[in-house]
Amino acid sequence: MGFKSFFDIFFKLFRRRKLVKLGFYGPVNAGKTSLANRISKDFTGEELGTVSKIPHETREIQIKEKVTIKKGNKQLDFNLIDTPGIATKIDYTDFIKHGLSAKEAKDRAREATQGVIEAIKWLENVDCVLVVLDSTENPYNQVNITIIGNLAARKIPVLIVANKSDLRKSRIKSIESTFPQYKVIGVSALTGKGFDEFYGELFNLVR
Amino acid sequence: MRKGLTLQFVPHNELNNLNSYEKIKKILKIVRENKIVLLEGKLKSEEQAMLIQRTMEQIDKNFKGIEIATIEGKEENAVFKIMKKNIARVLLGDKFGFTVVGPASIVKEIKKDPNKIELFTKY
Repeated sequence: MGFKSFFDIFFKLFRRRKLVKLGFYGPVNAGKTSLANRISKDFTGEELGTVSKIPHETREIQIKEKVTIKKGNKQLDFNLIDTPGIATKIDYTDFIKHGLSAKEAKDRAREATQGVIEAIKWLENVDCVLVVLDSTENPYNQVNITIIGNLAARKIPVLIVANKSDLRKSRIKSIESTFPQYKVIGVSALTGKGFDEFYGELFNLVR
Repeated sequence: MRKGLTLQFVPHNELNNLNSYEKIKKILKIVRENKIVLLEGKLKSEEQAMLIQRTMEQIDKNFKGIEIATIEGKEENAVFKIMKKNIARVLLGDKFGFTVVGPASIVKEIKKDPNKIELFTKY
């Protein structure tokens, strides 16, 4: 065995595998945590965070470290970074309508505002991002444009995940035509629809 | 009781010489006076993010946040279509079009009573 071959084997054995910091960004209730949970469960057997129909369930950055995602003969290590939904307004009375007490609603609103601030700050700490959109909603809104614009300005690779593709109102084409420069992949974090293709695209994103 | 809406026009040259922090401060000051800001041009994407952050810092029982939208002029539609193909350019901010920033509570009122939106079209 030549010195070069020996060095190659030694290097492969002991080098630190690349760890990709994968951010989950998007508006409120698009399904960021549901998506992160499914990925985490598929490869670690554990979920990452709780989900709820009440907006702003995720109010702190949640991280699942060193999740090894495998697809065919490829594998990569990720830190999954689930962020609170970005919003331009938070009205605590909306939470009361969902059945929370006034105090719970006010607390949730206060924590949610901090969550939005933290999510934006964390843009500095991610290597690539899944922008998770609810494919039943109109994608052309300022929150989505602001998120994608900030990622573009920082040259952070983006994959748009059109979630809730299992619903009849899902309009993935509408997202594709709104953001023609980006790859859009339709999935349902609830049912698992589209995940095989999604994992393939995830490797293309990191490449 | 129907309350009137106040629309404050901010021309491009009024913000052009301000840094991002000052721009956002000025916009939010007007919005917090319960006025709708009609801004000539668009904010850069970083400024939009900063506007959201500053808004979140100020939310309290009286201030619920903002609504923000970009309006494209008719003449700019063709330009916009070209630019839309290059989303990064759209997002960098420029003086084409208008940006409307209003208090969330007032925009909610407009949604309840769409006649109030006439203010925009009369402009």
